[in-house]
Amino acid sequence: MSENRKFEAGIGSDFSKDPVRIVFITKKTSAKVRGVLRDQVMSYPHVVLREIIAFELLTIVLVLMALFWDAPLEQLANPLLTPNPAKAPWYFLGLQELLHYFPPIVAGVLIPVLIIIGLVAIPYFDLNVKGEPLWNARRTPRLRIFCGIVLIFLMFFGVYKAWSIFVTTAIIAALAVAGYFVPAGRGSAIEYLRSRSLPWWLMTWFIIMACILTIIGTFFRGPGWSWVWPWR
Amino acid sequence: MSASLQSTLKGFCNNRVWRSIFRRAPARTNRTRSIAIFGNLFLHALPVKVREKSLRVRATYYLGSFSFFLFVVLTLTGIMLMFYYHPAAPKAYNDMKDLRFVVSEGIFLRNLHRLAAQAMVLAVFWHMFHVFYRGGYKPPHEFNWVIGVVLLLLTLFLSYTGYLLPWDQLAFWAITVGTNIISYIPILGKPTRFLLLGGHEIGENALLRFFVLHCVILPLAMIVLIALHFWRIQKDGGLTIRESDERK
Ligand code: HEM
Repeated sequence: MSENRKFEAGIGSDFSKDPVRIVFITKKTSAKVRGVLRDQVMSYPHVVLREIIAFELLTIVLVLMALFWDAPLEQLANPLLTPNPAKAPWYFLGLQELLHYFPPIVAGVLIPVLIIIGLVAIPYFDLNVKGEPLWNARRTPRLRIFCGIVLIFLMFFGVYKAWSIFVTTAIIAALAVAGYFVPAGRGSAIEYLRSRSLPWWLMTWFIIMACILTIIGTFFRGPGWSWVWPWR
Repeated sequence: MSASLQSTLKGFCNNRVWRSIFRRAPARTNRTRSIAIFGNLFLHALPVKVREKSLRVRATYYLGSFSFFLFVVLTLTGIMLMFYYHPAAPKAYNDMKDLRFVVSEGIFLRNLHRLAAQAMVLAVFWHMFHVFYRGGYKPPHEFNWVIGVVLLLLTLFLSYTGYLLPWDQLAFWAITVGTNIISYIPILGKPTRFLLLGGHEIGENALLRFFVLHCVILPLAMIVLIALHFWRIQKDGGLTIRESDERK
């Protein structure tokens, strides 16, 4: 390559290179464009085939299940005959379980709205963009704020006697805080927890909480929303 | 034998009729393979080429695809169910009985629809959590995440409106519990509930409204938003590849 070349141009038909090709070079500013070789494949047939296989697997599983499981059908709807308990569809039973603990305006309106706002906001907080471990920097102030907020939440749950939420939150918060005290380089499971970011902990808490509440609402609630054991 | 089979297939794909339908020769070169994607109304939701790393099962578990396929299954079985269904009380309930005892394979049809509905709620949630843990919402994918949240709400609302349609005790009281919550919303609660139910109580009006929502309005909204979701994946430059995967 000669020293005084001010540009590099090329054409290619290799599909695996990025199609960045046209460059105008004026005066002395020179641009250099290089096709970056990447691990690309043609969608046809590679993606199309995989999607077809996924669809077929799904169909097979659905058909098999539909042969051996029957959709429920109870008696004709009767506004005068209230079943006890009356339950929402399973994916709302977590919320219905919340209604049992908190006033309706909190459980039925505030919490769902906050969840939706929280979900929408996720990509606009750059909290997790780097996925920085929670205890990487400013350790002590973070620990104070974290513990303070957790305590406020725990008090709130305690006041409303929401013990299932209280215990789960306490356990998860304790696991998060454990990362602060455990020195680096101890066992892979601990190391894994230690390197988690704050959004990771929040989302994990949310998912576990939602699962537990849904399971309780589905299987452990009987007449008058009282606690029952599903196997009795 | 196999050679003659191959040449027969070749002839099948390489003639005037085939080309008039697909607007291209058989997809054996990269050029025709590209045309196979962007020259096809349905397939051009896909990019012409993708990164091999985004094809790995671990990258997506195909959860987004499964969500979409379940929506397709639900649309097809739903249309078939509509042939046997009247959104009127108590006829709707009798239609359910007929599906079980009169229509051949009617119960199978209903099972498929109901199962796929539950599976779709699960798949969409799982897809969302998976995308979160992979960091799939990071720039430039932020807005597609927001579209996703709307898709999640639509999925839940579709499932919920469908829940009332069998008009049995299960349906009636589940919707009662849910719509009672709406009336706790300050100021707007009562009017919203009235608008949704077409009255103060759940009755025939509510059934009709849920039917229209479930069979027309929400599916249409869903189709538009899924199209937007897929289009954005393409415009955002394909799926997120994590740095940790980049090295492998
Ligand atoms: C009806 C519901 C949905 C359908 C049919 C759907 C479909 C898809 C598909 C097919 C993909 C491509 C790859 C993959 O499977 O992950 C995808 C990616 C994505 N989805 Fe969804 N999705 C739905 C709901 C959601 C929800 C609820 C969210 C989040 C709130 C979401 C956020 C995203 C994001 C951010 C991506 C890009 C991921 C990346 O860049 O790695 N989607 N979606």
